[in-house]
Amino acid sequence: MDFHNLLTLSLQQALGPTAVIYALAAIGLNVHFGYTGLLNFGQAGFMMVAGYGMVFVATEWGLSLWLGTLVGLVLTVILALLLGLPTLRLRADYLAIVTIAAAEIVRQTIGAAKFSDKFGGQDGLTGFIQPFRDANPFSGTKGIPGVVTWSAFDFWVMTVGWLLVALSCVVVWLLMRSPWGRVLKSIREDEDAVRSLGKNVTSYKMQALIIGGLFGALAGFMTALRSASIGPSFFATDVTFFAYTVLLIGGAARVLGPVVGSIIFWFLISALGIFFSQATSGTDPLIPASIMDSTQASLMRFIFLGLGLMLLMIFRPQGIFGDRRELAIDAR
Amino acid sequence: MHVRLLRVSLLILPMLFMLLLGTGLSGASASPSADDTAASDAPPVASDNAETGCQLTKPPDDETLSIYGLICDRRESPRVPVPDVTVLVKDASGNEIGRSVSGPDGSFVIDLPGEPISYLGKTYAVSVDKATLPEDTEPEKTDLKIAINTDTDQPVIFPVGAAGPGAEGKLIQAIQLTITGLVFSVLLAMASLGLSMIFGTTGLTNFAHGELITFGALVAFAVDNLDGEIRVGGANVTIIVGVLAAFLVSGLFGWVNDAGLWRPLRRRGSSLVAMMIVSIGLSIFLRNVYQYFAGAQARNYSQYAAIEPWEFGSLTVTSRDVVVFVVGMGVLILTTSLLRYTRLGKATRAVADNPALSSATGINVERVISIVWIGGAALAGMAGALLGVTQGFDYQIGFKLLLLVFAATVLGGLGTIWGAIVGAFVIGLFTELTTLFIPAEFKYVGALLVLIVVLLIRPQGLLGRAERVG
Repeated sequence: MDFHNLLTLSLQQALGPTAVIYALAAIGLNVHFGYTGLLNFGQAGFMMVAGYGMVFVATEWGLSLWLGTLVGLVLTVILALLLGLPTLRLRADYLAIVTIAAAEIVRQTIGAAKFSDKFGGQDGLTGFIQPFRDANPFSGTKGIPGVVTWSAFDFWVMTVGWLLVALSCVVVWLLMRSPWGRVLKSIREDEDAVRSLGKNVTSYKMQALIIGGLFGALAGFMTALRSASIGPSFFATDVTFFAYTVLLIGGAARVLGPVVGSIIFWFLISALGIFFSQATSGTDPLIPASIMDSTQASLMRFIFLGLGLMLLMIFRPQGIFGDRRELAIDAR
Repeated sequence: MHVRLLRVSLLILPMLFMLLLGTGLSGASASPSADDTAASDAPPVASDNAETGCQLTKPPDDETLSIYGLICDRRESPRVPVPDVTVLVKDASGNEIGRSVSGPDGSFVIDLPGEPISYLGKTYAVSVDKATLPEDTEPEKTDLKIAINTDTDQPVIFPVGAAGPGAEGKLIQAIQLTITGLVFSVLLAMASLGLSMIFGTTGLTNFAHGELITFGALVAFAVDNLDGEIRVGGANVTIIVGVLAAFLVSGLFGWVNDAGLWRPLRRRGSSLVAMMIVSIGLSIFLRNVYQYFAGAQARNYSQYAAIEPWEFGSLTVTSRDVVVFVVGMGVLILTTSLLRYTRLGKATRAVADNPALSSATGINVERVISIVWIGGAALAGMAGALLGVTQGFDYQIGFKLLLLVFAATVLGGLGTIWGAIVGAFVIGLFTELTTLFIPAEFKYVGALLVLIVVLLIRPQGLLGRAERVG
């Protein structure tokens, strides 16, 4: 068992581009679920619409990625409006089912062979990354030699990504300490009471859905930039579930909850993955092949993830930083 | 103290059970040739032609995936093979990926290049090149769409007859799709009924319901993989026993789910949203445990792997579809009658309507919920096993079906019993019949869009009671 290797690689994941993406997605969910009490299970759909919007503008029309991000953001707002109109008046579980369905509609439509000349079908789209690559000021490998290092491109993605995360956190912090944010929190606590005070609850929920979706859009952009490609398999339903886990680890309704959650989540996932892969490889593996082979070893982290999500929700639903009193989550 | 012990043991029990189940399953996956030997036990596809030269032969067992088949002229009796006909395989976007020419015995084998795993879950068009057919003949079908769900070789048959009246048109196609849709609807209704009953009595939106479906398919598969065949009076009833086992063991699994996890959570007073997220964790956990033991490859049961369809004109119906439909319908009618006429059924509906009030009238609510979990899981598990019979299964068959189950229940009205069934038939028929007009890859998209549109117009669902929901 090579523990130095395990720690190094896990740290690389925990601070790397993947953690950035999930932190951004979870910040969006924090606005939806943590502050407003909206159960959006379609965050992957928001990410996908935005990511494809940006890439499509670059590959199909050859325009700049900047314009692409603008198109992506506009498309996200449109999706939020389309989803919000039928569901925000309904009970929380209806919103959950409709958003998860909508994300799957988006994924199957964009990934369809019928539109493969536009969206590349299951293979997705590539060949848009050069402008982003050219803007990279770094070269060689970056990081702390001997402890944790990243390639120059990854480091560039991380720099942009963590800047976005920091910016998003500031925005969320400012929003939530404003009167507007207090209305959101009171909607989460008691919708009827807010309505009786003359506030337009549906309108506030819609605004929250749009703003949270926009943070999801940032996650979608980073997904495309990180892999230098985009495909339907990047936005499976599990992405949303993982983002929820990230949010709940850190603590919902806390500004820094998603960020800490994402770092811890990816450290643990990566450490578990490396541990079991090391434990089953080599000539004399720690765990005999009759119990677990290398394919099964790669599943162990997801088994622990599922178990962890259950236990977390049962025993510490407020996560690390959350306040249980503030978050008596019951949206029914 | 001993209550906690009981809870812990209830959590451990299913895991032990899954380990047991897993040894059965992994025993099966250890021998990759199991599929092939199983398939050769099945009746040959064209057994009535045994004495003629026109018989389907299996291609050699090798690592590549092949599409094999036979071209026979059915005007003659016995049938005669048609040699020198070119057959093409194309993928969904129309690119040719293989071709072959039928030999003197009318058979052809097209090896698909590359790893078999890369073909799974995709649909391919197999077509006959009309120009290479003998003159004055007309194949009854020139294009066949086959979906590759297993990594075994795929048989196809092109019967050739006299130049017929041409394309039968959309009507025949619609009837054919209706039959497929009805079979699917019945299974969807069984799965949805469980979800709806559990929602109705406990308020839980169970995202792990799909895993109950998969569980049933896996239990039936474990039974199927036991050594030998189970015979009653000379007939091979392995799969019947498998489906029954799926029903019973899934019921037990449902009880374990409730007693080990959900009942303690209800006692703690966990909120519904928290429980919904717990069910997501359970879904991820179970799905990966299934894959751990059963592997990722798609599977089929040994019986019913290849059967000859009954043909009515140009309609084809398999005995398998009929049996699955009849069994499913029977179970549905039985369940709804139980809910309608028995004391327990009335108690269930009372709890679904108002738990506090029914508790006050002396109904043991926890007992009713326990029974609903057993019944709901048993129905879902049986649906999974029967779905495995009709189209094969893999470790995430239930997860893939979950959104359609949700769509069916919400469409009919969450928590209503008749609503779930009506919703399932609407969704099941809709998914199949829309393939008349739109490409098959959009059929689920269409069904989910229907869900959203219905919610816009009638938020309480088709049969739900109108109430103010926000």
